[in-house]
Amino acid sequence: MTQPLKLRRVPAGNSFLRRLSADRPARAVYVALALLIVLGWLLFALDGGRFLSQENIVGIQQRSAALGIVAIGQTLVILAGSLDLSVAYLISLTSLVAAEIMAGADANVPAAVAAVLAVSALTGLVNGLIVTRLRVHAFIATLGVALIIRGALDERYDGPAGGVPESFQHLGYDRVGPFPVSALLWAAVGACAWLLLSRTRLGYRIYAVGGDAEVARLSGVRTERVVVAVHVLCSVCAGIAGLLLASRLGAGAPTVGTDGGYDLESIAAVVLGGTALAGGRGGVAGTVGGVLLLAVLDSIFNQLEVNSFAKDVVRGVVLVAALAIHARRRRTA
Amino acid sequence: MRRALPIFVVLAGLLVAIAIANPYFLEPPAFLAFVKRAAPLVILAAGQYFVIVSGEFDLSVGSLVTAEVVIAARLIDGSAAATWPVLGLLIVVGALIGLVNGIVTTLLRVPSFITTLGTLLILSGAVFLWTGGAPRGALSPQFRELGRGSLGPVPWSVLILVAVAAAAIYAMRAGFGHTLVATGDNDRAAALSGVRVARVRTAAFMISGLSAAVAAILLGGFAGVSAQVGQGLEFQAITAVVLGGVALGGGRGSVVAAMAGAFTLEALFTLLNLYGISGALEPAVQGVIIIAAVALGAVNLPRSRAAAAP
Repeated sequence: MTQPLKLRRVPAGNSFLRRLSADRPARAVYVALALLIVLGWLLFALDGGRFLSQENIVGIQQRSAALGIVAIGQTLVILAGSLDLSVAYLISLTSLVAAEIMAGADANVPAAVAAVLAVSALTGLVNGLIVTRLRVHAFIATLGVALIIRGALDERYDGPAGGVPESFQHLGYDRVGPFPVSALLWAAVGACAWLLLSRTRLGYRIYAVGGDAEVARLSGVRTERVVVAVHVLCSVCAGIAGLLLASRLGAGAPTVGTDGGYDLESIAAVVLGGTALAGGRGGVAGTVGGVLLLAVLDSIFNQLEVNSFAKDVVRGVVLVAALAIHARRRRTA
Repeated sequence: MRRALPIFVVLAGLLVAIAIANPYFLEPPAFLAFVKRAAPLVILAAGQYFVIVSGEFDLSVGSLVTAEVVIAARLIDGSAAATWPVLGLLIVVGALIGLVNGIVTTLLRVPSFITTLGTLLILSGAVFLWTGGAPRGALSPQFRELGRGSLGPVPWSVLILVAVAAAAIYAMRAGFGHTLVATGDNDRAAALSGVRVARVRTAAFMISGLSAAVAAILLGGFAGVSAQVGQGLEFQAITAVVLGGVALGGGRGSVVAAMAGAFTLEALFTLLNLYGISGALEPAVQGVIIIAAVALGAVNLPRSRAAAAP
């Protein structure tokens, strides 16, 4: 397993592109993405549509922004060897918190954003502390927190609630040229996470803890703090996604997170991007590729008007096949 | 066994609490009704235990249960004659899905979390694609007898549960069980000592698939046909297994404790209902209790790990 690491060609320069191409798992997903785009272009052409039309490209970005933001948070958690199954309910919760506090008034927007960030950071803190202090496996800990949030949502809400002022809806619908604001937000979150992982001490520690927590601890890393930090960051990402979805819906909805399947889908996107589920290997670039892959697949389905159940089947096959090919490459490399 | 003790204490406590709120609960009819209600989850938990103790996950059981019930309804369509062949088919389908999960996980080296997530998507999509969006057809009364009916005073599902439990305990005491635990604890060491790791793990996935088929047969009879019948069961089964003190990641825990975990979860639901905490707050209370139970169970962990170290 360690052999490929030694054999890896060390890039001579230090340029951004060289660094990106050194991230091999991410390269695989971009090759797959390129192939899928060619396939999509062909299928669109046969179907009488234009794949590279502005409408379609904007649509792909719109659809992938929320999942993309959640998946970036999920990447951090998975890299540190943990997991977060609570993001879907947290997204619903934060969308409601945002819409309820805004209550349709412009003046309340800053307060609502602050509240959402506080609620999500707190949830992440709770997740992280349960995992580290109480030593509950992240799978069970975050599942439990998800159930708690679900109970609170079921108790208080039957349907959409609150209201988002028009000024805040710009976040969900406006665009700068061919780039929707939501996609720019996604890019900003991604860039922050990339900087965090590649340039900061915390980033290196995340890889160290995910690679081997015991070795990291013996090398003087306070592993518990790192795990708590990634859980907080992941939940904050979910909170940002909640804000985005609230601005799109114009209200908060108790089912917006679970309907999107953001918990399992974000994990799927991370793993598609070549990040190891056990932690310690991978990165943000791969995750962005994984999310785009899912979104392009979706846009092809929409163009061909594929039945939504067939979509699930194809998605499942793609997920397993991609991972199988990836595992094969890693072994033969 | 020391590791499994807490779950039996918790289970006993919950049963006493239920009995205090409802004195009839401990009389045979009411208690058998409780066991009958718990049977599908207990069987699923037993199946999930085999996968978890071998170091893997099976997220596909919930949608497998839904798929099996929907397939049964569509194929039987109310006819008594079709009942037995379809029952046989369901068992075969369960084992087959388990075989696919196992082969993809072991031979293609896809993490089981992803393999079974893929199976989940494929199964739920394929079944509704086939039936056109909603379950169609109906189960025959003979089919439903297994989930609803009883032999004398004892429900069929309780008898099936006892048989499944006996088989599971026997399997874990036999050589298979030992190699399974060894695989989950350290698959490299197990492989070097001659365990065919891929084969053992695939067998574990097949057992989980089979248990999902049996649970589906009972649930179909008990609750009838719906598209939601298996929803969330995978998480409930995994939770039950972990409540029983079985370590995620494999190699530790007993199947009896895993089944006790499932009973505990069901007793918890019953208790919450009795005290009127039904519906909305139920998941929240469940979440708190699951975290608390696992946290309490984990307190002993460092000591036992230190003892295991050379």
